[in-house]
Amino acid sequence: MIPAQFDYVAPGTVADAVAALIDGGEDAKVLAGGQSLIPVLRLRLSYPSLLVDLRKIDELRGVREDGAELVIGAMTRHADVISDPLVRQHAALLAEAAATVADPAVRHRGTFGGSLAHADPAGDLPAVAVALGAQLVAEGPGGRRSIAAADFFQDYLQTALAPDEVLVEVRLPKLQGRWGVAYEKFSRTAQAWAIVGVAAAVRRDNGAIAEARIGLTNMGSTPVRAGAVEAALAGASAEAGTIAEAAAHAADGTHAPSDLSGGSDYREHLARVLTRRAVTTAAGL
Amino acid sequence: MTEQLDAGMVAEQIADADALSSPRRGGELGRGRRRKEDAKLLTGQTNWTDNIVLPGLLHMSVLRSPMAHAKILSVDVSGALEMPGVIAAYSGADLAEVQGSLPCAWPVTPDMVHPDHHPLAVDEVRYVGDGVAVVVARDRYASADALEAIVVEYDELPVVLDMESAISDGTPLVHEDKGTNTCFVWPFAGGEDYDATKAKADVVVKRRFRQQRLLPAAMEPRAVVVAPIAAADDYTVYSATQIPHILRVMLALVTGIPEHRIRVIAPDVGGGFGSKLNVYAEEVLALVVAKKLGRPVKWTESRSEGFQATIHGRDQIQDVEICATQDGKVLGLKVDLLADMGAYLQLVTPGVPILGAFMFPAIYKMDAYSFTCTGVFTNKTPTDAYRGAGRPEATYAIERIMDELAHELGRDPMDLRRQNWIKHEEFPFETVCGLTYDSGNYEAATEKAEAMFGMAALRAEQKARRESRDPIQLGIGISTFTEMCGLAPSRVLGSLSYGAGGWEAAQIRMLPTGKVEVVSGATPHGQGHHTSWSQIVADALGVPFEDVECVTGDTDSSPKGMDTYGSRSLVVGGVAIHRAAAKVIEKARRVAAHLLEAAEGDVEFRSGTFSVKGSPEAKTTIQEVALATFAAHNLPEGMEPTIDADCVYDPENFSFPHGTHLCAVEVDTETGFTKIRKYVCVDDVGKVVNPVIVEGQVHGGLTQGIAQALYEEAIHDAAGNLVTGTMADYLLPTAADLPHFDTGRTETASTTNPLGVKGVGEAGTIASTPAVINAVVDALRPFGVNNIDMPATPERVWRLVQSGGSR
Repeated sequence: MIPAQFDYVAPGTVADAVAALIDGGEDAKVLAGGQSLIPVLRLRLSYPSLLVDLRKIDELRGVREDGAELVIGAMTRHADVISDPLVRQHAALLAEAAATVADPAVRHRGTFGGSLAHADPAGDLPAVAVALGAQLVAEGPGGRRSIAAADFFQDYLQTALAPDEVLVEVRLPKLQGRWGVAYEKFSRTAQAWAIVGVAAAVRRDNGAIAEARIGLTNMGSTPVRAGAVEAALAGASAEAGTIAEAAAHAADGTHAPSDLSGGSDYREHLARVLTRRAVTTAAGL
Repeated sequence: MTEQLDAGMVAEQIADADALSSPRRGGELGRGRRRKEDAKLLTGQTNWTDNIVLPGLLHMSVLRSPMAHAKILSVDVSGALEMPGVIAAYSGADLAEVQGSLPCAWPVTPDMVHPDHHPLAVDEVRYVGDGVAVVVARDRYASADALEAIVVEYDELPVVLDMESAISDGTPLVHEDKGTNTCFVWPFAGGEDYDATKAKADVVVKRRFRQQRLLPAAMEPRAVVVAPIAAADDYTVYSATQIPHILRVMLALVTGIPEHRIRVIAPDVGGGFGSKLNVYAEEVLALVVAKKLGRPVKWTESRSEGFQATIHGRDQIQDVEICATQDGKVLGLKVDLLADMGAYLQLVTPGVPILGAFMFPAIYKMDAYSFTCTGVFTNKTPTDAYRGAGRPEATYAIERIMDELAHELGRDPMDLRRQNWIKHEEFPFETVCGLTYDSGNYEAATEKAEAMFGMAALRAEQKARRESRDPIQLGIGISTFTEMCGLAPSRVLGSLSYGAGGWEAAQIRMLPTGKVEVVSGATPHGQGHHTSWSQIVADALGVPFEDVECVTGDTDSSPKGMDTYGSRSLVVGGVAIHRAAAKVIEKARRVAAHLLEAAEGDVEFRSGTFSVKGSPEAKTTIQEVALATFAAHNLPEGMEPTIDADCVYDPENFSFPHGTHLCAVEVDTETGFTKIRKYVCVDDVGKVVNPVIVEGQVHGGLTQGIAQALYEEAIHDAAGNLVTGTMADYLLPTAADLPHFDTGRTETASTTNPLGVKGVGEAGTIASTPAVINAVVDALRPFGVNNIDMPATPERVWRLVQSGGSR
């Protein structure tokens, strides 16, 4: 568990961080809390020549409102996301999912942006970002651009970020109306990654389900939306039988991995069960 | 006599300890003292081996084989030698003359196959993680970098990973020159002929149980530092080991360095569970490299390195058959074991299943017992003793098969146990294996556990959930276990072909100022020995607890010992201390009588004070006697000026703790997830010296046993790679995953030692695994399930539910 040698800089501005990434070239990596990257370095699974640590860039930390959007700085730590009153009010699903990330030590060092940029489909937060239709804002040499969460996650540990881009903030549309949320994480131990996770947000209107947004953790090489379930639930009655019928489509179109934690058929089954449970809870039943 | 205690009493005792502002004399045994060790541990003032820094210290790293089986064609270390900071690099061939072969101290049969086990492989690697070369550099980063510059050419050989295929014809051989993968076959029988007994039985139940491979994962990784004084050919070896005394002997035998030139120190050691009960390649390599270079050398394993190169635990296939009459009397038990040795034999690898052999009949009376163990070589990391070492495997098998027999007979599983267990009034009892259980009270422990558990209400809830086809099913598991502690009477170890004895050494030194030093050969690695030893001595000598200091873990200052494993420290080492204290008192009584001008027979000793019968004012304390002895101005004629005393104690028998563990689980049949709803254990570990320490040992033990039942499994791929190579994949449960433990105790004193103690280091681990799995199987009975492999992962449970019980 001894990493190979690397250079290290901790710039004070995003512009300096971008400049450092350009200088560092292909072998430069962004350090944004280090809860995934440091273990990778210690196991010598990666040999970056330069780490650009974002921890000194104050503007990347914190939660604020911007009209109909909630803006979360990429370097906001999980623990701060979980306890933030704005997050609890406008994006409770995120707070609930973030509270299940690993253990307290990790949640006090790991960051929201770091977790998204790592793009581990077994991570809890990418599925939430996808479900809530987050916009991820990146800054590079050409300025800022916004990337929809659905486009941001491209493959296992692969994102739309260019090597010289830094993820600076995440913009979540505030949930308007009567929303209920639930994150159903299924893991063997409290600290372990999800075998499958289901992030659900459900809007009730006059006893029916007006709208559902469902993101799946670890059901493919990227986080995915359970589109067939969402379609089946839109306008459906908020009843156990209806929800169960809709949840039966949770694995439709997914490509669940098969590994030590579970075969793909088991994951598909879990996705259906957990989706039913998450939607049931989110619908307030 | 059986006294009943419970967890509430422990809490009271802790509160009592807190309330004490001044030391109290006597009455130390049974007090919930806070551990002396903890202030240091909790404030980071510990002296772990990896913390040791010496002038000129070099760091050693080991290049390990990425292949499970291959010929080594060449090892080129020249690239490493060119790296910055590198002092030396050696292949196995470079060290062939000096590295020797790692010892196995337990040749269980005269014809046991015992292959050479070089610290660095010379011609062939036989498991992933087998050492191939070492680099020594000025710092750990440089040595780690330089490993990547070593070029090894391998010629891959076929691997054998599965025990059953390993012993079938035409299979690849782990050791080609031995002509077989069978290490030994060890048969044993007790009582009447098994087959004849079986012919009389009405019911026969067979099951195959698998003891999965486990990774010990002590909190402190292994580490070693060797400090040579080259001019004197003198070596100090600091090692994170459970066994400094045994290690010293073995390092001398392996390297040829004279034993009296080697000093071994086990500094603070952070857990072992058997994984540090060994003589490891890196200890030998650090020694021979330090000798070559004349400079101190350190090696510390990383966690993932340790997962490959530290011994693994368990890994047995158990074919178990029990036969009984229709009315439930157990007649006989037959056990056929395959035990995975791994690629080589470590210190006691072959002995682990043999230790277990005597414990399969457990607390039950039966007429016949037949046992055979076949030790098998595979291309995996060697196995060896892991918390319980043989007894958890045996206990699992008997407690599981008793549940299966009860189901077959339509009996309540506790009733069936009660019918067959040894009754309290039948002790001492000679078992079908020939062991003599000195004392026990299974009735009392069970009665108490059932009351704490609320069995009737849980059974009613189980019935209701079954009838309503609730997706959450309730299961109830029982484990009425016993085990064998206090390794061991030396003559018994000799009869089992073990290479050493089972005694323990103690010395008590009375200092002139009245303080006391206790030297013990039982080396602690987290258990709280110093607290327990201080209580024993304070109680015996009537000195304040705070006035006792313990000396352990250094072959210079505690030169004689057999170290710590097998729940032996208190039962053997503690008794040695108690006996040494008695000798101190007798010597001091002679001095006291002389000072008080009384006949020795008239001098009484109580709570630290000698007094003369009938003259209460004529008295002197043991501290005053110590000072008078130091001055030596006025001692009895011909007496040596010391009241210090030694004892080397060899136990006459093992001890047999027991207990009743009850577990209720909720199994989510939709996801397969098992949640422990309630866990009750009533342990009888004999007399208790410190209930807080006992409680801690029980909690840790339960956690480790539950971990085997539900979480942990070392898994290899088809090429022999350990795919659970980090803690991300090898799941250790934490407090967040575990239930509240409802613990209680009964105290049935051991009759074979003066302290009445039995040992507690492994009890929780041994008892809990079958309690949990019996509960899981019980929950799944309506689905046709009558067995499940460990760990009972959610996926395994779900697949059993889906398939109606067929595995």
